[in-house]
Amino acid sequence: MTHATQYFAADSARIDLLVVKDMVAANTRVLDIGCGDGTLLRMLAEERGVDARGMELSQRGVNDCVAKGLSVIQGDADTDLADYPDDSFDYVILSQTLQATRNPRRVLEQMLRIGKRAIVSFPNFGHWSIRLQIMFAGRMPITENLPLAWYETPNIHFCTIRDFVALVDEVDAQIERAVALDPSGAPMRVNAPWWIWNLFGEQAVFLLERRA
Amino acid sequence: MTEIDPLKAGQAARREVDAPHSLVLSLPADRPLMMDAGVGLAPLIIAYQTYGTLNADKTNAILVCHALTGDQHVANIHPLTGKPGWWEIMVGPGKPIDTDRFFVICSNVLGGCLGTTGPASTNPATGMPYGLDMPMVTIRDMVRAQALLVDHLGISKLFCVIGGSMGGMQVLQWAASYPERVFCAIPIATAPRHSSQNIAFNEVGRQAVMADPEWAGGRYFDFGKSPTKGLAVARMAAHITYLSDEALHRKFGRKLQNKTAPTFSFDADFQIESYLRHQGSTFVERFDANTYLYLTRAMDYFDLAEDYDGSLARAFKDTKTRFCIVSFTSDWLFPTSASRSIVHALNANSASVSFVEIDTDKGHDAFLLDVPDLLATTSGFIESSARAFGLKEAKSA
Repeated sequence: MTHATQYFAADSARIDLLVVKDMVAANTRVLDIGCGDGTLLRMLAEERGVDARGMELSQRGVNDCVAKGLSVIQGDADTDLADYPDDSFDYVILSQTLQATRNPRRVLEQMLRIGKRAIVSFPNFGHWSIRLQIMFAGRMPITENLPLAWYETPNIHFCTIRDFVALVDEVDAQIERAVALDPSGAPMRVNAPWWIWNLFGEQAVFLLERRA
Repeated sequence: MTEIDPLKAGQAARREVDAPHSLVLSLPADRPLMMDAGVGLAPLIIAYQTYGTLNADKTNAILVCHALTGDQHVANIHPLTGKPGWWEIMVGPGKPIDTDRFFVICSNVLGGCLGTTGPASTNPATGMPYGLDMPMVTIRDMVRAQALLVDHLGISKLFCVIGGSMGGMQVLQWAASYPERVFCAIPIATAPRHSSQNIAFNEVGRQAVMADPEWAGGRYFDFGKSPTKGLAVARMAAHITYLSDEALHRKFGRKLQNKTAPTFSFDADFQIESYLRHQGSTFVERFDANTYLYLTRAMDYFDLAEDYDGSLARAFKDTKTRFCIVSFTSDWLFPTSASRSIVHALNANSASVSFVEIDTDKGHDAFLLDVPDLLATTSGFIESSARAFGLKEAKSA
């Protein structure tokens, strides 16, 4: 799933990884789905003492990770999460990959089954610049962070922050923490209402847990 | 076909069977190896090679498991062929399995013909080779014999067990039988059970051997004969399965051998024919026909899940061993799906597992060849595992 990450500009967009890292408690067990070249896994292992495992679709990414000594398997979020027993991990992370899965709801349910908590980051399709492109140009939006045309993008299931919040409710999960990032990658004001986040947040990071 | 002098080839190979150019562990007759066939084998002789130095804590040992036609000569000149060891790309000073840092052990498998007790070995009860009197050998029996060797070397826990193909089967068996004795395991291009297709190919090879009149019901030594023609055909057929269609096409295509036009005969017109005939004729100079029958049978019988009520996951229950599983895209003999089934079983146990499918057109044989992704994966995994196991950086440190 490097495909999802490689299409994002390196600097601003990957600040979400730092946000994700801050949501993970030290010395826990983590599965990072779509771990790419293992940047987050490495950060978590080295800075948080985490038992970090990864799953990655692209062979190149897997090879890079394993050669770096990371525990990573080649696998597909849509099909291979079913093999893990319940509560295998403290956190299951899906960063910038949800929109590239075939069945995002099923993936989210599996994450919440095999992990005690799930962390999901995704690009917000409700951002004002995207709304403007659709409204005035009448075309599928192309932005710095989503640079590919509709017919060649791997991102087949875009959602807005509001859409995601609704999905969280549908899969019987609750939001423990949520952070929206503005286009510069900076976290937005915590107490801003949802509609502000949905309009001005370019990306969002959610920490979820099963509803008790 | 190149003319083989069966007597000459046989004599050199015969010498290695009972007096190998290797270290030898002889287990006394009162300590039989209990085999899956339900009999005890005694005396048991295990021929092995080691490289590097065992550290004071005896924690830096890596056991290499060889494949069907391999042997213990991993990284030294082969006593019969005069060629370099079969895995010098992987094992040696500064290599992924660094002999400056690790103590590397490889033993000839039980049933083999390079010094470990097998059908070619002299049966002390009769003074003649065992032949078909040798009990049927299983992968688990091979691993039991290796465990005796590891005991003998005073090693309670192996840092790593690694091997490809039939060697990979032994790695899986080690992890299942002795989980507490294996810190990390690297099964390459292998499967948790032999497929129907693989059994079929093995059967073709065995029938080729047994159809050779010189096989003589397995008692060819008694008559000073050797079923070299049958064994060569078996090797030729098997060799095709180790390569991919792309690799064969790239290497040979339809090129003719030392001629510009077909001869309209059954000579080796095509380069691929000549190549296979060469593979066959050189193989019989170093390998025993009955051993080929026994070892292919051991692979056929391998089905790890069967020993655990049909559940592969149960074979690895609560395992603490770290796994790195490797397959190759063009390996149709041990396809990626087989490796993936191991990954699934390990995931079901929340085991520490890495899995890499390496893109290469070199087929099953890729595990023996200079495939940079294989070397990088292996060295990265071994390096991080050594750190986790608390091994020091270098021997001198």
